[in-house]
Amino acid sequence: MTALKLSPSALKQTQWYEYVVRFVLGGAATVLAGLIGKAFGVSVGGLFLALPAIFCASATLIERHERQAKEKAGLHGQRRGQTAAALDAAGAGLGSLGLVAFAVVFHLTVAASAVGAFASALTAWAAVSISAWWLRRKLRSVFDRRQRGWRSAGNSGFRP
Amino acid sequence: MTEYVIRFVAGGVIVSAFAILSDMLRPKSFAGLFGAAPSVALATLGIAVAQHGAAYAAAESFTMVYGAVALACYSVAVCQLLMRYRMAALPATVVASTVWLAVALGLLAGLGGAA
Repeated sequence: MTALKLSPSALKQTQWYEYVVRFVLGGAATVLAGLIGKAFGVSVGGLFLALPAIFCASATLIERHERQAKEKAGLHGQRRGQTAAALDAAGAGLGSLGLVAFAVVFHLTVAASAVGAFASALTAWAAVSISAWWLRRKLRSVFDRRQRGWRSAGNSGFRP
Repeated sequence: MTEYVIRFVAGGVIVSAFAILSDMLRPKSFAGLFGAAPSVALATLGIAVAQHGAAYAAAESFTMVYGAVALACYSVAVCQLLMRYRMAALPATVVASTVWLAVALGLLAGLGGAA
């Protein structure tokens, strides 16, 4: 199992214009959410608070970095790049459970205190996202171990 | 106009902060959690509370739940397009946007917004 790591040196892989692209996309998505809310009403505007605004930029970036790393080593990196982007998407899928928790907690608490609502909603987002990720990892390692066990039992001629 | 400049800068800064954190984190599946960070929501809801009050922000966060469910479907679609259909990341994420839009609008049409 890979341990959680925070590696600031990974930032060296990112070019300055890639930061600019993400800033512009993030800003544009926030402006778009505001414009849509004004034009179509608060209910439609609310949908766009969970818009996968910079996901295309992030996934493309991850794919390119992985592909380049493989190609530097003289290998064909296209499949590796796709797998890395798919892993990122799988993580976003789990994170979206946290986003549901964020919205529910914010909705329930904002009338009492705006600052408290932001703090509790962010805590809910982090708790649910990390728990979902941890649970998936645990289930996956149990499943992998069981599969390895069955395979080795099959190789030794054991039949239940 | 000033409101939209504030929206643009606040959204850009928060999205970039989550993206930088995600770049530094390993493994990739954990870093991916930040792809669903509430970055646009933090900026927009903050402005909504300041400009229109708590009731407006509560109504906005109600339908945000549908958007988040749509994001989960979008992520599954992106995974399938990348792994099963071997598409590149950019076309896969663009094509999957139709899934996000269909699920989000479908849930809103079926279940309705905040009362």
